[in-house]
Amino acid sequence: MLGMKKSRTIVQTLSNSADASRAPAGETEIGRSFVGVGVSPGRIIGPVLLMPTAVREPAVGEQLAEGTSSEEASATLRTAAKAVQSDLTARSAGASGTGREVLEATALMANDPMLVKAAVKLINNGASPERAIWDAAASVAEMLHNLGGYMAERATDVLDVRGRIVAELRGVPAPGIPYSDSPFILVAEDLAPADTATLDPAKVIALVTSSGGPQSHTAIIARALGLPAVVAAVGVDALTDGTRIFVDGAAGTILVDPGADEVALAKAWETSTAALAVFDGTGRLQDGHLVPLLSNVGGAKDAVKAAAAGAEGVGLLRTEFCFLERDTEPSITEQVEAYRGVFDAFPGKKVVVRTLDAGADKPLPFLTDASEPNPALGVRGYRTDFTSPGVLERQLSAIAQAAEGSEADVWVMAPMISTAEEAEHFALLCSAAGLTTPGVMVEVPSAALTAASILEHVDFVSLGTNDLTQYAMAADRQLGPLSALNTPWQPAVLQLIRLTVNGSHDEGHNKPVGVCGEAAADPALAVVLVGLGVATLSMTARALSTVAAVLASVTLAEAQQLAKLALTAHSATDARRLVREKLPILDALGL
Amino acid sequence: MSERTAVIASRVGLHARPAGIFVAAVGELPIEVTIAMAGEPADDAMDASSILSIMSLGASNGDTVVLRAEGDGADEALASLVKILETDLDAE
Repeated sequence: MLGMKKSRTIVQTLSNSADASRAPAGETEIGRSFVGVGVSPGRIIGPVLLMPTAVREPAVGEQLAEGTSSEEASATLRTAAKAVQSDLTARSAGASGTGREVLEATALMANDPMLVKAAVKLINNGASPERAIWDAAASVAEMLHNLGGYMAERATDVLDVRGRIVAELRGVPAPGIPYSDSPFILVAEDLAPADTATLDPAKVIALVTSSGGPQSHTAIIARALGLPAVVAAVGVDALTDGTRIFVDGAAGTILVDPGADEVALAKAWETSTAALAVFDGTGRLQDGHLVPLLSNVGGAKDAVKAAAAGAEGVGLLRTEFCFLERDTEPSITEQVEAYRGVFDAFPGKKVVVRTLDAGADKPLPFLTDASEPNPALGVRGYRTDFTSPGVLERQLSAIAQAAEGSEADVWVMAPMISTAEEAEHFALLCSAAGLTTPGVMVEVPSAALTAASILEHVDFVSLGTNDLTQYAMAADRQLGPLSALNTPWQPAVLQLIRLTVNGSHDEGHNKPVGVCGEAAADPALAVVLVGLGVATLSMTARALSTVAAVLASVTLAEAQQLAKLALTAHSATDARRLVREKLPILDALGL
Repeated sequence: MSERTAVIASRVGLHARPAGIFVAAVGELPIEVTIAMAGEPADDAMDASSILSIMSLGASNGDTVVLRAEGDGADEALASLVKILETDLDAE
C-alpha cells in the first residue's frame, strides 16, 4: 500500500504541475464528507484507490534528454514495453472470458516488434522515448483505423498500450482501473463501458465518481454487480489512495475516516443483504395484489442466473448481445440458437424479446451511421428499419423459429417507437413472422401521450424509463451536470407513466403496461410505479429480492397514495423524499 | 530461403484470437519468419512475430498467405506454422 501511495503522489504532482502553488497532497481529510447521488444501495467501508488520470501527451517534438544516447533511450523503451507486456500477461492469467482475451491481445501489442522498431527509429532521429512511442503508436492506430471494421476497433487497444508504456516510462500508475491484491473502493471521474469490462467485482467493493448521472454506465454496472455506488460526488477526486471511506449508496454520501457509527451501519448492511438475498418467486403487495417481478437479461447466461434468482420471466431480453462487436449481421441460425438458450431457461414463463436496439451509445457498423450530429435523436432502435430494411424481418423470423418448440411464452417488442403507425407496422411484421404477441417500448414521450392509439395495434407496452427520462427532460443520460434532471423521480416522467396507464384504460382491453427500465430496480420507485397502475416490473436480477421485500410492505391503496404524493411533488428530490419518508422499511434495510 | 503457402481457415480471418495464437507460436521459434499475402512481392512481407503487422495484413477466411524463413530448421518451422493457419482456431 505504501508503494502505491508513493506513486500516486507523483501523479498528483504531475497533474497539478500547472498549479504548483496548491497545498501538497495528503493534507488533513479527517471527518470530511461528500454528497452525491446514490445510485446503488449498500453501506460499506474500505480503502480508496483512484482511477489514474489519463496519460498526458508528451510535448510535441520532445527531444532526448542531454547526456542520454539513443542506444540507452531505446533500451529504456524496450524495458518499459516488456514490463507492460508482462504486467498485462500476469493480469490476463487472473481474468476470464472476454476480459482475458482482451488482455492477452493487448499484452502482445505492448511489446510488438513493429511498434517498438518504429519507436526506436524515431529515437535514433533524436526523439525522447515517450514522444517516440506516442507517435509510433499513433501511426499504427491510424493505419488500423483506416482498415475499418474490426481493425478500427483495435486502434483503441494500441492507444491504451501506448498510455501504459508512457506511464511506465514516467514511473506513474498505468491508466485504467487500478490493480490491487486486496479489495478497494474505486474513485474515478466516470467509468467508460470499456473500463467496466476489466472491473473485477471481487476486488472493487464500491464505486464513487465525481461526474456521471443516475443513468450513466457507472450506475448501470454498479446495479448489475450489486455494488454500492455514488455518482456526481463533486470533489472526491481530491481523495488520496489508501484513505478509508464510508460509502452509503442509498443516501449518496461519503465520509472520510469513518467512526464507530459507520462501522455499525456497514455491519448491519452486511447482515441485511444476507437476509435479503432470497426472493420466493412471487411478487406481491401486502394485500396479496400480484406484481410479477421479471428480469432484464442480455443472453442465456444471464437468463439462467435470473431464473435461479426467482425471476417470474424475462421482461426485457436485450438482443444486442448477438450483434455487438460484429462487422456483419449474424445469420438466422446463429440468432435462433442464441435466443433459444434464453427461452430454455424459462419454460412456461413469459420472455419479452426486444428487437435490435442499435444506435446512439450502441453503434453497429453495418446498421448505424456514426457521423450523425445527434445520435440520441437519430436513426436508432426500430428506426434502423427505415434505412436498413430486412434486418428486423430476419430477426423476427429467427425469434419465431426459436420460439417454435420452446416452452417459453414468447412476446416481442420494438424499441424507440414514436407513433401508432410505427406500432401498426411492427405488429404486421410480427404477424407475418408468425409471432402472436407484439408490443412496443414506450420511451419516446410521444408514445406515452398516444398510448391508447398505439395499444389498438399491439398487445402490450413496456416503459423504458432511462430513455423516457432523457427525452422528457431533454437531458443526456451520460452528463454529470444534468444528473438532477435525469432521474425518473421527475414528476414530469411520472406523469408520462400515468398517461401511458390511462391510455391502456382508454383502449379498453386491459392490455398490460410494464416497466423495464432502471426505475423498476429502485424499491421506493417500484412502489410508486405499482401505485400508478403498472402491472409488471422487470429489473436486473440482483434487485429482485429488495424490490419484493419493499413491495410486500405496502397495500395497493397505500401504493396509490404514494404515487399521488410523487406525482404532485414540486421536484424530483421532494417526490423521492416524500415517498421514502412513508416507507420506513427502506431505512431499516439500508436501502 | 524456405517458402510455404497457407489458406486461412479461421472463420474470423487472421485476427483476434487466431492472430494471437499464431504470433505466440512464431515468437517461440529461433528464426525470423515473414508473412505476405499471396502474389505480393517478398520485399513487402511483414514480420510474422508482430501482432500489429498480422492484423494490418487483413487476411480473411479463405485467403492465401505466403510464409518465408531462412536458416536451420526453417522447413520444419514453416510446416508447423502452416498447420496453425489451416486450423479453424476460432472454433476451438
